This record gives sequence, structure tokens and C-alpha cells, in this order.
Amino acid sequence: MITDWTLWLEWFIKALVIIFALLIGFAYLTYYERRALARMQTRIGPNRAGPYGLLQPIADAIKLIFKEELSPAKAYKFVFFLSPILTLLPSIVIGAVIPWGATVHWFGRDINLYLADINVAVLFFAAIASVSVYGIVLAGWSSNSKYAMLGAMRSTAQMISYEVALGISLTPVILLANSMSMREIVEAQRSMWFVVYQPLGALIFWIATLAEVNRAPFDMPEAEQELTAGYHAEYSGMKFALFFMAEYQKMIIVSAILAVFFFGGYLGPGEAQYPILGPVYMFAKIMILLFVMIWVRATWPRIRYDRLMSFGWKILLPASLATVFLTAVGILMFDVAKNALWMWFIPVSSMLVFAICVIGVYQALRRLTYERV
Amino acid sequence: MPQIEEASYAKYKHLVSERVLTGETMLLNMGPQHPSTHGVLRLVVELDGETVVNAIPEIGYLHTGIEKNMESKTFLKAEVMTDRLDYLNTVGNNLAYCMAVEKLVDLDVPPRAQVIRVIMTELQRIASHLVFLGPFGLDLAAMSMFLYCFREREYIMDILELCSGQRMMTTYFRPGGVWRDVPEEFEAAVRDFLKIFPKRVDEYEALLTKNPIFLDRLVGIGMLDAKTAISYGVTGPMLRASGVDWDLRKARPYMGYEEYEFNVPTRTTGDTFSRYIVRIEEFRESMKIVEQGLKKLKELAGQPTLSANRRFVPPPRAEIGVSMEALIHHFKYWTEGFPAPKNSVYSAVESPRGELGVYMEGDGGPKPHRVHMRTPSFCNLSVINEMVRGHLVADLVAILASVDIVLGDIDR
Repeated sequence: MITDWTLWLEWFIKALVIIFALLIGFAYLTYYERRALARMQTRIGPNRAGPYGLLQPIADAIKLIFKEELSPAKAYKFVFFLSPILTLLPSIVIGAVIPWGATVHWFGRDINLYLADINVAVLFFAAIASVSVYGIVLAGWSSNSKYAMLGAMRSTAQMISYEVALGISLTPVILLANSMSMREIVEAQRSMWFVVYQPLGALIFWIATLAEVNRAPFDMPEAEQELTAGYHAEYSGMKFALFFMAEYQKMIIVSAILAVFFFGGYLGPGEAQYPILGPVYMFAKIMILLFVMIWVRATWPRIRYDRLMSFGWKILLPASLATVFLTAVGILMFDVAKNALWMWFIPVSSMLVFAICVIGVYQALRRLTYERV
Repeated sequence: MPQIEEASYAKYKHLVSERVLTGETMLLNMGPQHPSTHGVLRLVVELDGETVVNAIPEIGYLHTGIEKNMESKTFLKAEVMTDRLDYLNTVGNNLAYCMAVEKLVDLDVPPRAQVIRVIMTELQRIASHLVFLGPFGLDLAAMSMFLYCFREREYIMDILELCSGQRMMTTYFRPGGVWRDVPEEFEAAVRDFLKIFPKRVDEYEALLTKNPIFLDRLVGIGMLDAKTAISYGVTGPMLRASGVDWDLRKARPYMGYEEYEFNVPTRTTGDTFSRYIVRIEEFRESMKIVEQGLKKLKELAGQPTLSANRRFVPPPRAEIGVSMEALIHHFKYWTEGFPAPKNSVYSAVESPRGELGVYMEGDGGPKPHRVHMRTPSFCNLSVINEMVRGHLVADLVAILASVDIVLGDIDR
């Protein structure tokens, strides 16, 4: 018999677990990134604090907590304090709707391995994720620094150009799953991951999320080499750590979302019998997707922000509209003709669109390069 | 605490446009502490949004007074300071300086020493271009390039250490030849490097030259036409990228460069990409020269590496123990130095960055009356305002990196 207060207790515990998982995940993601980057760059990476440098994130955290908090002389103090919080909160809030697994039976009761299964989770994600850009813009504006202001400007321009494509690239998922609930999206992938049906959509979503979390090659708002640190140039100590935290937690979150939307979320062999395997699969998928982000950072130069805007508007947006159209056509024809081959029309046609995009970009660049060189 | 000086209109009034006054454009202080100014360069950048209207380099933050200091040192002791000028081209600075001294006192250099000098300067050219390429990648946020380049640079640093006992500040070349012959392991070490390096250059090209984002950042950015380049005195890879086939190694051969077979890579566009690709091709040309140098070195085995003109070179170590005259000469040589005639000379070499010239004036005593360095970074940097106008801040960083400045070279 589930009483009211036990339900509250369960929610409370689950919320705590998610928050702490994200906090610790953030700390060890920095370690993971530094080690992986170091391996790719013929270095060793942090290896002094603790065995294999495992205590390095903790040492970093202690350093940041005890560091002096500076704020520029003419900064708007209230907003200056508020913006790190504003940046960090959304990334934690999104954690509420991510399904980490199905339902397990523990302590004589069914426990859902997710905090909330709201029926508009996709919209919830899109809405909350874009809030954090306010933190960045306000941080850049309130620090009264030219570099920070330029970073904030870039982040605004960037957000306008990728957010549309990000939102539209979610539509094929909704069409395929016929639901906006994250849990139902995952369950709809039991037969086949959506990345197989809609590879182009997954790619667009992934590119847009790279811009969303300000990761290379779209890290213009904080371009170290150009704007010294961009919007958080004037932040130090724990306030800086909050920005840092927000960025890495968002990395975890968008990887989780990508896994949920396109890579079957918590699904995996044996998960149906043992639902507790769900979080394990989820964790493994997130790690792999995070690795790809780190890999990209080690390899690619930064794109220029006007190029990101034209890329977002001229390529990502039309391509994502095409995926929506093709997915809709495929599903409609499948319903009408009752022929499973129509489902395979979606990936084939979207790969064609992808090929057209790649060839177009490649040709344009080739013309640009060989005419001049 | 003193107020940090803001980039103010009053000081740069004659250099920036009047739109700054009305607040239409913004003055941004880039440097001297900025990750992409390659040392302590300060750029006062006038920005319209993120478009660069003017970029005014302000130098002097690394002023060392080396030129002035040399006047109070004997010729040999002054040479040690040349290492500190362009710290990425230490051997090349020694070469330019030694050639000036040799010209001033009319001193011959034995052929084996010439070959060693050529091999070392070409290796140093590769090392210097590696330090161009690494930070160039880093400035475009291809951060792994930086570490790959420094990995290969270690080979050359090891070779320098093998020969001179020092990794950077070698002072390996001396007036009249080189400090001592190369050790036995030298050839094997250089051959090892020559075996590895071509593959590594291909790797760099796979990472950068074939990367669409990289091309997008470079092609058509920071155009510099040949006329402007010449009028500003731009030399080196920057000039060759603008279509002028001018390389002192070919145009005014020294140290027997006319006997080596190599090409001078040029491009006609003069954008950031051609400045990059010219340097990449110079890697391969320098390797060719080193290869030929090793062959010559074998032919000249056993020959002296220091001039026989004892007036200007120290006696060999073995003689000091048995000859009183040699001992006296050794003492006088290192304490008093050798006198130079009252004359003035100019000699120039092709450093990795361009024409590195040394103007030297003797006054009959053992110390130079005046030494002036015509450094390539200084002239190359002065043209930056012409190149960055109308580009974005991100391009400014790329263009500045493609100039390949060394601040020690600018602020003598």
C-alpha cells in the first residue's frame, strides 16, 4: 500500500540521487575529458592526486571553493551573482525528465527509475535548455568587460541559429514514437533505434547540441584564443566553477537526451528481464557519446561564428525540415500501404539528403580553395 | 595600486577612425596578456561589432636592450646575446651574427663548418616552423596540433643538445666556423628524424589541410598583395605567399647554399592559407637540404670545422698544454677579444621568418661600435593593420598567428 508520504520520500530520494549523480558526474567528466584528451595528444593527463589521478576533480573543487571571489569594479553585482545560478539550474532541472530505466520491484513496491514522466517532456527539454543562454548573456553583460560582452553577443547569435534546427530535428522522433513522453519514446525503440530510421535527424540534433553546450567546434562564446574566456572572463572561484559545472552537466544531459531520442535510451540486451540493467546501458551510452564530444574537441578547429549562423540557417534548418517531411511521408505511406518497406524509405531518403548537403558543402569549399591556391 | 591603462582614444587618435569618439566603434585592448598574441604583444583593436576596423600593434613589452648591450661586450661575448633575440631561431641568429663578424674581419669559414651550419640552420628552420604550426593550430582551437608539433620539435632540440650541450641557447656557431665538430651520433640522430618527420608532416596535413573547417577559417582571409608586402618590407614565407619569389638562400646565396638543390615554395594569393601552406612545403624543402648536407658532411669527414686564421679563433685545446704561445693567445683571446677594423658591414640570412640582417660597425677595438638587427618579425608585424581590416576578431587571431611573430625578435 503506497501512502502519500512514502511517495514523497521516494521522489525526494530520487531527486537527491539525480542531483548528486550529476554533480559527481560533472567532476569526473572533467577527469574523463582530461585523460582522454591527454591520450589523444600524446600526454598523460592528471595522474598525481590519488591513484591514476582520481582525486584530481576533488582537489580542483577544493581549490575553486577557497579561491578569492573577485568581481569587476563596475559590475552589476546582483545580476553578476545571479547569472551563474541561472546557467546551472536548467541543466539540473532537465535531469528530472530523463528516464534512466524502466520500473524495478524493490522493497515490495514498484519504483520507477525516473523522476517524472511528463507527457510533454520533449517540449520541457527544449524550453528549459534554452533558458540557460540567459545566464550566459547576463553574465557577459553584467561583468562590464568588453571580452565578456563579445562572448555574450556571440552566444546570442549562436543560440538563434541552432535552436530552430534543434527543435525541428526533434519532430521526427515525436512522429516516430507518436508521443512526447521520453519514456514512451524509449519504449517505441524496442524494435529498432530511431538512429537507424532517422540518421540525419540524429546528426542534426547532435550538431545542434554541440552548439547548445558550447562545445568545440562551436565554443565561440568562450573562445579561449579569441576572447580569452568569453562570458566568464571576469568570474573566479566558485562562481566560475558554477559555469564550468553548468557546461559539463549540460554535456551529460544532452548526451543522455541524445541517447534517449536516438540510441534507445536504457534499452539493451537483457534489460527486459532485469530492469536494473537500464541505468547501466544508459551510462554506457552516455560515456560513448561524451567520448565523441571529447574526440571532436581534440581534432577540429573552431568554426567562425558567422559561419555557424549561415551553417545553421542555410544547411541545418533546410535539412531538418527535410527530415520532418521525409519521416512524415514514410510513416503516412506505411499506414496507408501497410508495407514495412516504407519505413526504410525514411533512412534511405534522409541519407540522400545528407549526401546532397555534404556534396554541396564540399564543392563550395573546393571551389573556394582550389580557385585561390 | 596604479590604475591599469585603458585603451583610450586620446593616445591612438591619429591611428583609429573618428567613429570611436561617438561610440560607434569600440576600442578593445588585446594583450599584452592575451593567449593569442604570442608573447607580450599588445594590439589596440578598433571594433565595429566584431568586425575589425583597425588593429594597432603596440610593442616594447619585451624590450631587452640587447643591441645596446652588445656595444659593451667583445665580439664573442656579444654573440651569446644573439641567441636571445629570436628564441625560436637561435642557431640562425648566431649564423647572421657570425657572418657579419666574418665579413668585418675578413675571416674564412672551412667547407665542413659551412655544411654543419647549413644542416643546423635548416633543422632549426623546421623547429621554428613547428612552433609556428603548433600555436597556429591552437589559435584556431585545433589544440592537439600544438602537442604534436612540440613532440617533433623535441627531436631537433635533442640534436642541438647533442652538438652544443644546449637545447635552445646554443651559441654553437662561432666566428670562423663552429664551436666543435659534430659528435659521432649526430648523423644517426638526424637520419632518425628525417625518417620519422615526413610521415608526421603528412599527418599534420591530414589533420589540417584536409579539414573543411580549417580551410573555411583560412582561405581568402587576410589578403596581402605583393605590392603592399614589398612596401612594408615584408620578407620570408609571408612574402613568398604573396607571390614574390624572394629567398636569400637563392637570391644571395651564403654558406654554400648555391650547391644545394631545393625549391622555394611560393603561392600567389597571399591569404592566410597560403602563408600556412608555404611553411608546410618548406618543411619538405628543408628536409631535402638536410639530406644533401649529410651527404656532403660524409665527403668532408675529418676536415677542420674552425678557420685556421689564429688571429680570430682560439687555439685547439690540445695545443694549450704544450705551447706557451697558444696559452697566451688563448688567455688574450677570451679576455681581450680580437680587434675589428673601422668599417661597417651588413650581412643577411634567410631566417624562418624572413630576412634577418645584421648591421655591424667596428671601431678598431675588440668591441662592436654598433650592432643593429634588421629583424623580420618587426617588418612582418607592421603590415598587420592592412591585413585584418574588415575581418572578424576570430580572423585577426588567425592572421596574427600566420605572421609568425616572435616578440624577442621585435623588441631587441
